[in-house]
Amino acid sequence: MAAAKKSGPMLAIDNIDVFYGAIHALKGVSLTVNEGEIVTLIGANGAGKSTTLRTISGLLAPKTGSVKFLGKDIAGMKAHKVVAEGISQVPEGRRIFAEMTVMENLDLGAFIRKDKEGIEKDRKMVFDRFPRLLERKDQLAGTLSGGEQQMLAMGRALMSRPKLLLLDEPSMGLAPLLIREIFEIIEDINRTGTTVLLVEQNANMALSIANRAYVLETGRITLTGDAKELAASDEVRKAYLGG
Amino acid sequence: MELLQQVVQQLINGISLGSIYALIALGYTMIYGIIKLINFAHGDIYMVGAYIGFFAITQGGFSVVGALLISLVTTGLLGMLIERIAYKPLRRAPRISVLITAIGVSFFIEYTSMYFVSPTPRTFPQMFGDVAVSFAGIVINGQQMLILGITAVLMVLLTYIVQKTKTGKAMRAASFDTETAELMGINSDRIISITFGIGSALAAVAGVLVGIYYNSIDPLMGIMPGLKAFVAAVLGGIGILPGAVVGGLILGVVEALVSGFFSSTFRDAAAFAILILVLLVRPSGLFGKNTKEKV
Repeated sequence: MAAAKKSGPMLAIDNIDVFYGAIHALKGVSLTVNEGEIVTLIGANGAGKSTTLRTISGLLAPKTGSVKFLGKDIAGMKAHKVVAEGISQVPEGRRIFAEMTVMENLDLGAFIRKDKEGIEKDRKMVFDRFPRLLERKDQLAGTLSGGEQQMLAMGRALMSRPKLLLLDEPSMGLAPLLIREIFEIIEDINRTGTTVLLVEQNANMALSIANRAYVLETGRITLTGDAKELAASDEVRKAYLGG
Repeated sequence: MELLQQVVQQLINGISLGSIYALIALGYTMIYGIIKLINFAHGDIYMVGAYIGFFAITQGGFSVVGALLISLVTTGLLGMLIERIAYKPLRRAPRISVLITAIGVSFFIEYTSMYFVSPTPRTFPQMFGDVAVSFAGIVINGQQMLILGITAVLMVLLTYIVQKTKTGKAMRAASFDTETAELMGINSDRIISITFGIGSALAAVAGVLVGIYYNSIDPLMGIMPGLKAFVAAVLGGIGILPGAVVGGLILGVVEALVSGFFSSTFRDAAAFAILILVLLVRPSGLFGKNTKEKV
């Protein structure tokens, strides 16, 4: 078991097909994420990026293919059980609990944990990373600004102490300066030992911090490789980097 | 002076009745909050609660508190069972299918109960009949004190559960956004089941209290209070717990005043006139915010 963890990728998606009703959203998608990496999934709107993340986190089940995390097949596992396996998702649009306080949101992030001291420690870690959340800890989450909500959504996801963090469009709707800040935080989260799978429309930013990248087009992976090389390739530049 | 006395007396009667509506309305609103279902079988759950309390007292020889506890637990479990059998398989079905199922469940409970306990009304034993406090010509009888006391205790308990416990936080999270709650590791099926359990338990208590208050119970007794509690929940803002309580109390007081000063014939009409008025003037209810689209 331990040997299986060491060898092979942390997350291995093999040839999955996912349907939304009659819509064939993912067609034979395969990708891997190794421990310690930042991997990004880029592509146009509707290419299937979010669908891929939602399949990993258990909100969707693939019709065929396998999703292996640390050697265990988690395809079709219920979302609330996937969290316990060590995967945490920051959903698209942040989806914070607007009618609850910042503190309650963070507590919900730690819902599956029982180690009070560890939770306390991680809460401190989140507040160190996002000092603005500490200032607003008793405020209702719905009153936060967009950037603060994104930070809360990330902090909340970190509270389960994930091995793999799934980020869905963290830059959505944020000002450029704030986007830079968020991406620096993502790099920092990664440096402190959390593997990251990042879905982004802002391909420039995503490729600048990622180790490897996959390009998704209408449900299929069309390109994959080193993030720096992809950022330099003509194909990607034309399609996703505006020239 | 006499008029004032009468008004206060009717207010006390109204708040007692309103507490019953509030207890039933809480279940309606909690269940709506989490699965967006108007559980039309909720009034029948209340009826089952009344019968369980009745048999606990008359056959089991239990005290009122004992009967309340037995009814609360058994009916709570029944509510969970109904959810498991009738509603859980429809989790991804259109809302109208679930609503129709709820109406089916309602008839099922009513007529199955008739088969087992017969349609004849049963007489609850007289309790606390001789206990009464009177003050300046205003009387609060024993049953009313029991209703007010038990309701107050349950409200405090429910507030504590929903606001402070981990399960309560999970309930609030799941009713705000079920999918994201799942991403937190919250088993939403379990939370939905617990919500049905708590809601049904509250209705059961209301059933036993009504049995003690009005002395008479029958298998169709849940229909009207069920509808009234629905009105109370809508009046307060469906999905909002304090709204259900305030809505229930207002409805009870209005009914008492109408039957006290006009005629009890108009009591039900007043309740439904409130529903029509709310839907016309403030469809989101007293405590409801205009629903914002989630971005």
